[in-house]
Amino acid sequence: MGMEMAFAGQTPPLVDDRSANGIFRVSRHAFVEQSVFESEQREIFNKCWLYLGHDSEVAAPGDFLTRSVVGRKIIFTRNKAGKVGAFFNTCPHRGALVCREKQGSANLFRCFYHSWAFDLDGKLINRPGHESYADDANANGEHNLVPVPRLESYRGLYFLNFDRNACDLASYLGNSMEFIDLVMDQSADGMEVIGGTQEYGFKANWKLLAENSADGYHGQPTHATYFDYVMSTNGNLGDNVVKISKPHDLGQGHAVVEYGAPWGRPIAKAVPAWGEEGEREAAALRADLTQRLGAERADRIAYTNRNMVIFPNFVINDIMAITLRTFEPVGPGQMRVNAWALGPKGEAPKARERRLYNFLEFLGPGGFATPDDCEALALCQEGYSNMAEAGWNDISKGLNQERPTIEDEVQMRAFWREWSRRIEGERA
Amino acid sequence: MSAQLKIAERLSVSRTEIEDFLFEEAALLDDWKLTEWLALFEPGASYHVPPAGSPDDADPAATLFYVMDDYHRLSERVKRLLKRTAHVEYPHSRCRHMISNVRILGGDDRAFTVTSNFATYRSKRGRTELYFGHHNYVMTRADGSIRIRQKTSFLDSDDIAEQGKVSIII
Ligand code: FES
Ligand SMILES: [Fe+2]
Repeated sequence: MGMEMAFAGQTPPLVDDRSANGIFRVSRHAFVEQSVFESEQREIFNKCWLYLGHDSEVAAPGDFLTRSVVGRKIIFTRNKAGKVGAFFNTCPHRGALVCREKQGSANLFRCFYHSWAFDLDGKLINRPGHESYADDANANGEHNLVPVPRLESYRGLYFLNFDRNACDLASYLGNSMEFIDLVMDQSADGMEVIGGTQEYGFKANWKLLAENSADGYHGQPTHATYFDYVMSTNGNLGDNVVKISKPHDLGQGHAVVEYGAPWGRPIAKAVPAWGEEGEREAAALRADLTQRLGAERADRIAYTNRNMVIFPNFVINDIMAITLRTFEPVGPGQMRVNAWALGPKGEAPKARERRLYNFLEFLGPGGFATPDDCEALALCQEGYSNMAEAGWNDISKGLNQERPTIEDEVQMRAFWREWSRRIEGERA
Repeated sequence: MSAQLKIAERLSVSRTEIEDFLFEEAALLDDWKLTEWLALFEPGASYHVPPAGSPDDADPAATLFYVMDDYHRLSERVKRLLKRTAHVEYPHSRCRHMISNVRILGGDDRAFTVTSNFATYRSKRGRTELYFGHHNYVMTRADGSIRIRQKTSFLDSDDIAEQGKVSIII
């Protein structure tokens, strides 16, 4: 049955989910229209929990960093008592950005324009000519930095929410917490963000990267040169990538794929290129995992990869290294990406170096893989200029498969169902 | 006498010689002659690109770079970029590497350090991207010819949101 027949003259939905009939399609308008971009700002980014930063990035009292979260400028900081806070980086006086450094350590934040000064809790502590203000001028805190409406954390990951009435973070993360634990349990001393942020961009709609980040179907064709590199470096790819793979729809738009590792994993699967020393170190790490977590969980951590998308725009990929990644739209056809490497606190220098070296074999703007994703997504976006006549993306792979694999599209359908629920409303 | 001239006097290599070498390197990259470009490096050499805006002492063993290639991975990068399946660079983008402000910073005839400014333009499918910054080199001389032992390319932009990737040798 054709599209037009199916919707009998009515405007078809953006997400055409007729799974029972083997049909799952998304309208290309969803990637291009300014009106969709605006409803996403309203219905998704103003209501969902959005990743801000990791505990370790503001490790000491007075540490701060400034970061953009869906276009809002945020100061992320730890006060003298050790409490983490987040404020809008705008002066209550005339609005100037108060903090202009990317990161540092401070006793106070001073807006240079008229020199209002704020403590690490955002409270106004000083301003020139304070005698010309009424005594109770700041009685309601109107002259303090505005805190983000909600800030909560789970295992070191800080999320913010612009909706004061949002559900709590734990309810929002739901089933994804089990998989966050598989990352955070990798070290008894906790995990930390390793120095440096990769700040780059894709000339494509942000939802294409939500799909791509856990897309196992594109691996071989798009990243052929990466797999050539692994072959030439290690001599084989193993055979368990697809065999033991499993996609999980975690509900609420979150999804993850678990699968075997054709590459080396810093925790802890050595490859020949690491030599005997690398093999010994991996074995020691596995022994430590086994002792702390039991054999089954230790093996799951050491030998399987996880690509997870937490709705709407936060990715934790535990692959040849661990990357945290956010991506936010700056328009329908352009996104900004922030990416970090995560590793165990107190990791031995040699192991840390190997982790970073491993990260860069695949990931990031200079890796052997991400640039080709960048190109693939840009080509999709350019292809949508034909959407008047060629209007639909197909996302039906593996629908009605009894045992879907990483090469199916369960993950993307989980994302799109939640996206549709929030943008198009509940449908019968 | 300037510090620059003093260094040059100690070395048997001149700035003009280094400039000729760097211009030749740039021409090889402009022409996508990457195998020939790789031959400018000595075995065991390394090639790094730290995140945009990094200081000169950024350490790839402790900071997340864009590129951290030892000689093996650099050779693999060259192989990759010359394949049709390196999708982001197939068909090859058109590039122009501009080199200027070349200075010899120190060293002796066994190993000397060189810096230059760069502006590299990359054009593909109607868009042009600009990468700018400086290169630092450690160079050596073997059998009379100059070889690269270490090259690091520092980008001056705040981030690479506009360029999106470092898919070419900048
Ligand atoms: S705008 Fe900040 S003090 Fe006036
Ligand atoms: Fe990919």
